[in-house]
Amino acid sequence: MTEEEIKTTIFQLLQRIAPETDPSRLMPEENIREALNIDSFDALQFIVAINEKLNVDIPEEDYGKTSNLKSLLAYLTKKLKE
Amino acid sequence: MIKFQMPNLGADMEAGTLVEWRKQLGEFLHRGDIIADVETQKGLIEIEVFEEGTLEKFLVKEGEKVPVGTVLALINDGKSEVTESTVSGEEIQKPEIHPIEDRKEIVHENTELGERIKISPLARKIAEENRIDISLLKGTGPEGSIVKKDIEKAISEVKKPIKDAEKEADKTKEISVKPSGPTSDAMRMAVAAAMSKSNREIPHYYLEKRMDMSKAMDWVKEANKDRPVQNRLLPVAVLIKAVAKALDEVPDLNATWENGLHRKNEINIGFVISLRSGGIVVPAILQSDSKTVDEIMETINDIIPRARAFKLRSSELSQSTFTITNIGEGGADKVFGLIYPPQVGIVGFGEISEQPFAEEGMLGIRPVVDVTLAADHRATDGLIGSRFLAALNRHLQNPEEL
Repeated sequence: MTEEEIKTTIFQLLQRIAPETDPSRLMPEENIREALNIDSFDALQFIVAINEKLNVDIPEEDYGKTSNLKSLLAYLTKKLKE
Repeated sequence: MIKFQMPNLGADMEAGTLVEWRKQLGEFLHRGDIIADVETQKGLIEIEVFEEGTLEKFLVKEGEKVPVGTVLALINDGKSEVTESTVSGEEIQKPEIHPIEDRKEIVHENTELGERIKISPLARKIAEENRIDISLLKGTGPEGSIVKKDIEKAISEVKKPIKDAEKEADKTKEISVKPSGPTSDAMRMAVAAAMSKSNREIPHYYLEKRMDMSKAMDWVKEANKDRPVQNRLLPVAVLIKAVAKALDEVPDLNATWENGLHRKNEINIGFVISLRSGGIVVPAILQSDSKTVDEIMETINDIIPRARAFKLRSSELSQSTFTITNIGEGGADKVFGLIYPPQVGIVGFGEISEQPFAEEGMLGIRPVVDVTLAADHRATDGLIGSRFLAALNRHLQNPEEL
């Protein structure tokens, strides 16, 4: 999976959780949850969706690495290569 | 004979539209069966029965809008005397008496704001089940009303491009699609009515206590370590359970005020869920005290997507005995709630954040939460409220015993 494909998937999943937003307009270092107004419950649903779609298990201690697009992409790219 | 009435699904509800009877005449009803779908300001609600008997007679037709308390149907329970029944099953809530002008005004505004869409009850149901936004459809039925055929056409059009998306897990699907619920104006009016009543009638008193969350957070972290993401806990599940246990110790707060204090046997905690389109719904986590933290988390996982899709059951909207409002991550430090009448208390959790915290002469940095209680001063005094917060704190310091 290329980085561009991962990005598209992330946008799709975020769009499902926050349908009225446009995730593709997120800035690389913008806090995703704040920008898209995602609460704790939806944040967990997003982690679950990533797990189901990309088969990547994000342990709780790594939640901090998923806060913006740049770090999330880097994290997922690394995990998918493992 | 049991008179089955239009239920009161909260202080903000004045009337409901009977959309569809889900049972046939002569059918035997069991406790918990869904007898009808009712459209309210909170969406389409499945109405349950809490008695057993044979469905004898319909008194209200599908599509009729009637005030709370109107007898909808007769259920034959084999007894000759007539008993009244609401779906809450617990006690009969008499329809509230408002000045006539008052009610007129509200009904008027609703019809003005939310443009009425002509649609057959069957079509509406299929649309709801398939999450079709009926406001986007053009009806081909009489007077341009939307009929079953129109919905089926819309479904086939929607289904094509999202074949791939269909494979997604149900839960994600549930929260991902824009619900075709009530208009945000109707929702705003519902919240306005309930909160105005609260502020007008309930003399609130407020208490606040800062609680150390380090043990509770460690416990959640430990519990989540070996779990697949789908089964992970959120701290709020622990908070809900701790509140339930504290209410068990201070039962005067698990009550309603209706010309006197009425304690409730069950602890059904209403959990405030905010909707992305604006407004809130407060479904109850039934019997929170007898559920484990895991079971509470399961209930949350089930109830939040349904609340956001406007798919709640009558028992979940009518039976809460106390309310929790939780700000969650990244939000305000404190929240001072307004009581949801006729309840007598609401507890508010601010954001859990790291703060300097002193204990036994030592200062450290710990995750803490500022907890507030708003309680009805007609029902209890500050001492009771204070005892509740102390009990809650104690339970949060012993998460393994929850």
